[in-house]
Amino acid sequence: MSGKPMLSGTLLCDSLTKVYRESKGKKALDSVSFEVPSQGIFSLIGMNGAGKTTLVRILATQLTPTAGRATIDGLDVMREAKKIREHIACIPQEARTIPWMTPKQTVLSYLLWRGVSYYEAGRKASEALAKVGLEAQENVLNRHLSGGTKRKVLVATVLSSEADIIFLDEPTTGLDPISRQDLWTSLTRLAENRFLILTTHYLEEAERLANFIGILHRGKVVGFGTLDQLRSILKYQYSLMVTSDIRLPVVREGLVNRARTGQTQILTDETEAYEISRLLLEKGAKFSMSKVSLEDIFFHLVHGTAQEDSE
Amino acid sequence: MSGWGREVLASVLVNSVYEMKNYPVVLLNTVLSPLSFLIVITFVSKGQLIGEAIEGGFIMSMFQSGMSLQGDLSHLKNDFKLQDMVVSSPTTPSAYVAGMALGEIIYSIPALAVLTILAAIYIHPGAVESLELLGVFLLMFLGSVAIGFTLSTFSSDIVQSFAFSRLISTVFATLPPVYYPITYIPLPFRYAAYLSPTTYAGEIAQSSTGLVQLSTTDIFSAWTVLIAVSLALLLIAVKKARWRDV
Repeated sequence: MSGKPMLSGTLLCDSLTKVYRESKGKKALDSVSFEVPSQGIFSLIGMNGAGKTTLVRILATQLTPTAGRATIDGLDVMREAKKIREHIACIPQEARTIPWMTPKQTVLSYLLWRGVSYYEAGRKASEALAKVGLEAQENVLNRHLSGGTKRKVLVATVLSSEADIIFLDEPTTGLDPISRQDLWTSLTRLAENRFLILTTHYLEEAERLANFIGILHRGKVVGFGTLDQLRSILKYQYSLMVTSDIRLPVVREGLVNRARTGQTQILTDETEAYEISRLLLEKGAKFSMSKVSLEDIFFHLVHGTAQEDSE
Repeated sequence: MSGWGREVLASVLVNSVYEMKNYPVVLLNTVLSPLSFLIVITFVSKGQLIGEAIEGGFIMSMFQSGMSLQGDLSHLKNDFKLQDMVVSSPTTPSAYVAGMALGEIIYSIPALAVLTILAAIYIHPGAVESLELLGVFLLMFLGSVAIGFTLSTFSSDIVQSFAFSRLISTVFATLPPVYYPITYIPLPFRYAAYLSPTTYAGEIAQSSTGLVQLSTTDIFSAWTVLIAVSLALLLIAVKKARWRDV
């Protein structure tokens, strides 16, 4: 590391609230409270306007909250921002590489901003770019790179910094599936010895990468915990997705949802899931069985909140 | 080099060196803008106002450098989210802005070089006059950098930001009497010209090189106004610029 003490502890939000001046009193964040260990990957998910970016910007010391407090490893994001900034790095939502610079110049200048010497910055820039597979393109102008490669340049930028805590606000939005997979590999590697706070629209991404997940809806935390802890919110833990157009066996315990695509989802408990599977196999039906996904949980929590709101 | 020095160097590289190196054509714009006014004024006055026009070119270059900073910082902040990335790092706002402002000066080097050669040929100021001119240009630059940075931190739209930058440049560096003596302006409008700090900069520059005659009181007043305005703008930047959004 760069000589500064390695942080370890928790990220704590206590009644964090944000009301933007121009929002006519609407709360972008509404008394958000949670505590999460500051290691691995913590993913924030939610619909557009749920408050993910606002929360990340407050934690990354870019935005002032209206009320409440947040600490990272005991350091207050408002009162001790200077100390926190030595330990954090951030790729904001919609961050882009500067077209008139090369990947190496991008990473090098960022490292200079963090106080690294010019020679050392050049060496570390090449090293970080090689880690994300861009050694051959380090001197190509950013404007000639593909969207996925530009994102990788940004990841290399924060990777090079050796910050302990990295904020990534929707880093994979707009990427093709292969570029996204590549980036996931980089992020997983990045999280081996750092704390990543990742916001995403892609539930599969959070499910695959995150150790802890926070679900935001209309500025409030509606779900929080590990994937297993979130699953425990639901009554049924197993999901059967039946693709064949057949007469379904009787479901004694569970919920049956018919999708417009013609697929049928059965949410049920483990015993019933195996029993239904057996019956479906006997009928020669095409189906898959798995534990409930983050998508099921998200739909349940967010849709449930929306329904409560409308009542 | 100290940590602060490295932070300044990063801003200089991003805001000027890399762009000049990778897109050399951008240099043409910075040369043409102040020189075009100089050429027009010189031709229209049949060469009589060449001294004033050269000094005006310097004032416009310095003021425009600060105002360009506003557009460039807004561009980097809103289109690339660079400011957010830098805020979430140990970099101080002073290092960030100092480097960016130096970057604008580096951009102006070709124009300043041409103006310096012209000044040596047509004005030939002595050491004291050169220092006086340098002081005026520096105050102009600091004041405009302060306005530029403050406005950029409030901007959320690059089109609006560039429009503001051009508007302020026109109002303060083109319309006031920096390329010609204030006596060329009809009396009722002369009072309006005194609302701009660049008018005082022009008067000091023109008087220091003997192009216009001003009383000691007038020179003292002009310096006082120029220093006070520059300090006020710097103070506003320190107090009001938004490094962290609210």
